[in-house]
Amino acid sequence: MNIGFFIDALVTVVGVTTPILLAATGELVVEKSGVLNLGIEGMMLIGAVTGFAVTFNTGPALGDFAPWAGVLAAALAGVASSMLFGVLVLTLGSNQVATGLALAIFGIGLSALVGAGYVGMIVPSFDSLFPDRLAGDPLWRVVFGYSPLVYFALLMVFAVGWFLNRTRAGLILRAVGENDLSAHSIGYSVIAIRYAAIAFGGALAGIAGAYFSMVITPMWAEQMTAGRGWIALALVVFSGWRAGRLLAGAYFFGVLMTLELYAKASGFSFLPSQFWAAMPYIAAVIALAVISAREVAGTEAPACLGRPFLPNS
Amino acid sequence: MNVEAAPRLKLVGVSKSFPGVRANDNVNLSVKPGEIHALLGENGAGKSTLVKMIYGILAPDAGEIVFDGLPVRISNPRAARRLGIGMVFQHFSLFEAMTVLENIALGLDSRLSSRELLAEFNRVLEAYGLKLDPRRVVSTLSVGERQRIEIVRALLLKPRLLIMDEPTSVLTPQEVEQLFETLRKLAASGCSILYISHKLHEIVALCDTATILRGGKVVAHCDPKRETSRSMAEMMIGANLKEIAKPASRSFGAPKLAALRLSLPKPSEFGVALEDVALSVRAGEIFGVAGVAGNGQNELLSAMSGETLALTADAITLAGREVGRLGVAERRNMGLCAVPEERNGHAAVGEFSLTDNGALTGRDRMEMVRFGLIDPGRAINYAAEVIGAYAVKATGPGALAGSLSGGNLQKFIMGREILQRPEALVVCQPTWGVDAGAAAAIHQAIVDLAARGSAVMVISQDLDELLTLCDTIAVINLGRLSAPMKVGQVSIEEIGLLMGGVHGDPAATVEMTEALHAHPA
Amino acid sequence: MRIRLEKRLTPSRFMQIATPIASVLLTMALGAIIFQLIGFDGPRAIYETFITPIVASYKWQDVATKAAPLIIIALGLSLGNQAKIWNIGAEGQYIVGALAGAGVAFMLPHATGFWVIPLMIAAGIVGGIAWAAIPAFLKTRYRVSEVLSTLMLVYVALQLLNYLVSGPWKDPNGHNFPQTPPFTPAQLLPHAIPGTDVPPGLVVAVVLTLLFWLLTARSVYGFSVRTVGAAPNAARYGGFDASRTVWSTLLISGGMAGLAGILEASSQLGQINLGFPSGYGFTAIIVSFLGRLHPVGVFLAALILAVTYVGGQVAQTVVHVPSATAGIFQAMMLFFILASDILVRYRVRILREAPRAAPAEAVA
Repeated sequence: MNIGFFIDALVTVVGVTTPILLAATGELVVEKSGVLNLGIEGMMLIGAVTGFAVTFNTGPALGDFAPWAGVLAAALAGVASSMLFGVLVLTLGSNQVATGLALAIFGIGLSALVGAGYVGMIVPSFDSLFPDRLAGDPLWRVVFGYSPLVYFALLMVFAVGWFLNRTRAGLILRAVGENDLSAHSIGYSVIAIRYAAIAFGGALAGIAGAYFSMVITPMWAEQMTAGRGWIALALVVFSGWRAGRLLAGAYFFGVLMTLELYAKASGFSFLPSQFWAAMPYIAAVIALAVISAREVAGTEAPACLGRPFLPNS
Repeated sequence: MNVEAAPRLKLVGVSKSFPGVRANDNVNLSVKPGEIHALLGENGAGKSTLVKMIYGILAPDAGEIVFDGLPVRISNPRAARRLGIGMVFQHFSLFEAMTVLENIALGLDSRLSSRELLAEFNRVLEAYGLKLDPRRVVSTLSVGERQRIEIVRALLLKPRLLIMDEPTSVLTPQEVEQLFETLRKLAASGCSILYISHKLHEIVALCDTATILRGGKVVAHCDPKRETSRSMAEMMIGANLKEIAKPASRSFGAPKLAALRLSLPKPSEFGVALEDVALSVRAGEIFGVAGVAGNGQNELLSAMSGETLALTADAITLAGREVGRLGVAERRNMGLCAVPEERNGHAAVGEFSLTDNGALTGRDRMEMVRFGLIDPGRAINYAAEVIGAYAVKATGPGALAGSLSGGNLQKFIMGREILQRPEALVVCQPTWGVDAGAAAAIHQAIVDLAARGSAVMVISQDLDELLTLCDTIAVINLGRLSAPMKVGQVSIEEIGLLMGGVHGDPAATVEMTEALHAHPA
Repeated sequence: MRIRLEKRLTPSRFMQIATPIASVLLTMALGAIIFQLIGFDGPRAIYETFITPIVASYKWQDVATKAAPLIIIALGLSLGNQAKIWNIGAEGQYIVGALAGAGVAFMLPHATGFWVIPLMIAAGIVGGIAWAAIPAFLKTRYRVSEVLSTLMLVYVALQLLNYLVSGPWKDPNGHNFPQTPPFTPAQLLPHAIPGTDVPPGLVVAVVLTLLFWLLTARSVYGFSVRTVGAAPNAARYGGFDASRTVWSTLLISGGMAGLAGILEASSQLGQINLGFPSGYGFTAIIVSFLGRLHPVGVFLAALILAVTYVGGQVAQTVVHVPSATAGIFQAMMLFFILASDILVRYRVRILREAPRAAPAEAVA
């Protein structure tokens, strides 16, 4: 056990945490507005395949900028797929749980279909944001050696936290999730605000998916997000719908996921790898129970979460 | 006042329809600057729809709205507020988990920094003598305090017209007085007030003029100070008020329904705890429970019906048997039926047919169930029986409860319970939101049921209803029930005092009496 | 010209039946177009997926085999859905049920006798019930949303399966593959109707469908479930206990999922491996919606979805579409049924702008 081992472990933790942090941050905004989108897994996969495909196809033309084009495309694909959910749930008033599931299943299938032609290919990866001296340094890479998406994820969670708690727009969004009928009576457009939140969630989910196909491995494979979308959902719940706890919780889950990896790889079984793999979900369930039981103001679920908006009933 | 001054608000030929009903029909209305103008009418007369159009929530199908002399199209509440129209709703648009200041910020259109907002907030509180702590979380506030948030929201935009929608239904007499003070100050500064209510004595006390709506049309304009409550009520209802046919002197039998030392904790954050409630209703007696909304009426009904179990079995007795720990279904089997306040969603399921709604409470007493299965024939027959006996206007037992008008659904619900021939019946707000014809039918049904020997308990916020129907009356306040009084031996003043909650508090009694004497009913 | 949605006074019966049918047809049409655009033979893909399994009699057994677990699970789910209780963890209950039944089998490797199978099945049902009891407890005691708790437990169940077949239950003769030993003949389900190939699961499914039909349409219990879903306050007023409904519907759906799990394990695979979870628990949710929460509807919807599973495999070999195809069609059907649901409750009206009325005489 030397410092190198710890550096490796930390880097791994950051790496596995980033996609769920991104997806969960997006879903946090969505749920704060009162909507439950279970389709994260599907949106992530659509983002993954889109990011990969666009990077691959623009590689010759754009060179080093191709990955950025890919990520942008992934974000847009995420928005588009989230809009499918949005129209059904907001304009047609369909059941949020079923629609989210449909999106997940659809995304899994559609991404496999589109990605069929890309199996086995490789795309160029991101250039580091920092000079090689820092990014490649055996010690400092813990801080500087990551893909730009990692820093983007951190930036996003702070931005969302600031947005929700310190801006008027964030206050309005929270109000919409707290009591949609009241917000509507006052004159806020509940539907428009929820559309915006859903689109934001879709964008971040798309980027989270691109992280898999462009950073973790520069390749595409069916269902490569391996259930991380569901962990992101667990994370939002675990965080009590607070941005600060989301950040901490994400890294906690990241540690658990890393423990699973190490347990699988080294066969070190103080506890079997499956235990670590199951822990994020168990932790989420426990957190749910604790949150609901304690009823601490500010950490409950947004009161309107999952309920359709029916202004004329 | 300058007679030539343009009215602050003028409605010309305004109409609005919804599927199946014409909510407003060619309404003309004119409000002068600085005038307190009452908008009177029964439930369903079209008052809410009208003001929703003034506030921009709905758009008129026809007609014109003229504000300060200019025709305007008010497309949403924000546009209304920009014109200077403010509204305080009957049902508050508040966010429970947020603070007072956050709630106010949400109600504003302009972006003020927290410091500016706080300064404005304090300015308004000072100008109108109101008290409110900006940092309190709304879920911890009383109903009167919550209404104050709504009022401050409206006052902050320096309104030229303020609409108040049934503001006093949830206030104590003291809070009502405070509200009237605020409104008078506001009117004196030139703001017009459109005051919606069906409380005739308040309108006489507060308002300069009144417009009366019935069935969506304007039926009268009048000066409340020159009318009596009765004449205004007749204009609202459109017919002479009927006297209820009650047998002159009735003898009562043994006590059938009783509660003793009935205490229950608060069911939720916003509920009311019941404290040591004691009552006794004899066979043939109609027992009334009066009180201002939010003093434990629903909790009392729940406790009596069995939806909430009492803490001890002897807290509630039915014909001598202890039923406190028995549930709804068991109490019903023993002959205790109940009708809660909320028609749609509690007493009946809107999405279900009348047949299913009949089976909801009648399946055991009317023997519809065998081997765990409901006999559809018997269920349909029962619903048809209720429909026939109480002249319920519906297409048949298969009609959905939600498609019936308020009055007809209430008749069905009452009929459904009464035809089960209960030993005791407890009802809450039997004629709330019900048209006068159906209300009269329901009252008669209650009287007839009592005449047949059942014990009836009526919980209502409508004092007139209770004084007409009941033999005995008690007042509920903050979860406590007063001693019973014989109707006819008690004055309205006394009841009003009890409603304001002055059990043995001399100073408060004096204050309350003076307030009541200042505005005779 | 505006489009306006008017709420209907009564939900449209016609639409309730027409919309699922329309959803399937629209999926077929849209699916054909999409696949054609991507480069496959669209109409052929649709034909193989939807039509072939129906017309080719040698495929019927496959369809029946796939339909059985879907029916069984979805019957349980639809009951809960009527009470607005969303069990989306049926996949987890399915797995745990199979594991419980298999566990019993492995504890009695040398047992023979007709009681082995019923014991395994009973264990499977109990396993599914136990796995659903956790969310039921959390919901009634702590008000935890069953949507989230049942879903999280699916992934815990998957890890449990993973652990057992890679570790304690690994077949010593299985070349180190993560799988259990095969079941003995005494532990395999017999043919339901001797001499035919009718899958035993289908017989169970038919019987259960009739049972649920009776339950839903006529029983007091069915009435209570519907009432809790429509108006919880009215349900309480009518003497129905909402907590008890949460427990009973979750346990019933868990038990049904567990039943489906052990039936699958002991008839189809004859062992349990990593590939055992086939997603039936999630597909059953689609079945429940497509079948409009009605037992007969569920039965028919399950047949349709089973057709897409079988047809998807056919299309894979004939038209070379990827294996994910069936999933895409299933999701599309669900999208369409969800989108068209609004037509049941609302009527679409196309209006012209109303002419403005001339102002009337002002009244003083």
